[in-house]
Amino acid sequence: MTGVYLEGRSWLHRLPAWIKLVSLAAMSMLLFPVTDLGLLLGALAVTLGIYASLGRSALAALTALRPVFLLLVCLLLFHLALGSLASGLVMLLRLVCLVLLASVVSLTTRLDDMIDALAPVLRPAELLGLSRRRLALAIALVLRFAPQLAGAGRQLGEAYRARTGRGGGLRLVAPLALQALNTADHVAEAIAARGGVDPLAGDPAPLTRRPE
Amino acid sequence: MSKTMTADRSLVHIAIYAAMIGALGLLPPFSLPMLGGVPITAQTLGVMLAGTMLGPGRGALAVLLFLFVVALGMPLLAGGRGGLGVFAGPSVGFLVGWPIGAFVCGLMMRAMRAASTFTAALVSAFVGGILVMYAFGIPGLSLMTDLTLGQAAFGVLIYLPGDTLKVFATAVIVRAVERGRPDAVLTRQ
Repeated sequence: MTGVYLEGRSWLHRLPAWIKLVSLAAMSMLLFPVTDLGLLLGALAVTLGIYASLGRSALAALTALRPVFLLLVCLLLFHLALGSLASGLVMLLRLVCLVLLASVVSLTTRLDDMIDALAPVLRPAELLGLSRRRLALAIALVLRFAPQLAGAGRQLGEAYRARTGRGGGLRLVAPLALQALNTADHVAEAIAARGGVDPLAGDPAPLTRRPE
Repeated sequence: MSKTMTADRSLVHIAIYAAMIGALGLLPPFSLPMLGGVPITAQTLGVMLAGTMLGPGRGALAVLLFLFVVALGMPLLAGGRGGLGVFAGPSVGFLVGWPIGAFVCGLMMRAMRAASTFTAALVSAFVGGILVMYAFGIPGLSLMTDLTLGQAAFGVLIYLPGDTLKVFATAVIVRAVERGRPDAVLTRQ
């Protein structure tokens, strides 16, 4: 499955992932206490400028954020109903900036680079026995099986609809869970047959995004 | 705890539950007629199931793994959302509450071994999946949007009917899975 990452060679793509993550954290902390509308509008202009500098595909990616914006508009209306347009606008602008800035890091950073950049953060977990290899395998399993289980869920839904003429809703989750558990058994057996996770020593396979 | 649960098996189960939470978000949301058609997704149901079936430690790890994969940029959150942006949005408090909610679900389930599976799962999912998650979600919403706690609490009331339904669904599903695969409900071993 492909992530939100956008293929490209822009200046932001070339910037090391850790610099992007550190600046994102810094900017979020700076922006969070700001209540001045002018300043926030300036920040929004800069943020949109970053998107514009990445080209048309980045601007197109903004449409993926529609659900968040809808939620924010609802919250603005909520503020309005409580009689404070100004505080509602401050909230809206601040969150739009924060969400857009965080999203642009995801848009321009490959999964591998993101994992590498997060490695220092994960070091405490490594001391507790979570090796890089185990984490990589766990991530790969999620990427492999989330779309597959979603497909199995859709099939269960279609079969249910064919039998009853109605959507299955939550009724489908129990059979789906049983399928997931069977899958887990097969995968665990396959790993055991290959001698377990850790004896698979050698160069860990690169965690590239898999086309589905 | 099951004696046969090796570290590798444990890892696979954690990952498959994380994938399951993702799959439940990828499925089309269904709407509740009694709610005027507010669409709800089954994603938090996956969180409740992870806690009640895998137990506190593995359940929380499954949710953390899921959130980590989302943070890496995979669009597995309901509605196809993913990336770091979701952790800057107004509902971040709920996401913080997810692993803790799963942990509490597992703890409750362990503590209620004497009760029937259905009752234990029902109470566990309610405490972990509603009380704990809202205890993080409401302050988070208030912090991110400058609403007072009371206003934020009022705002999330809209999710309460859907979440109540998911609590019942958790109990039904855990019992169904226990019948088909008694070994899979690790909290009842």
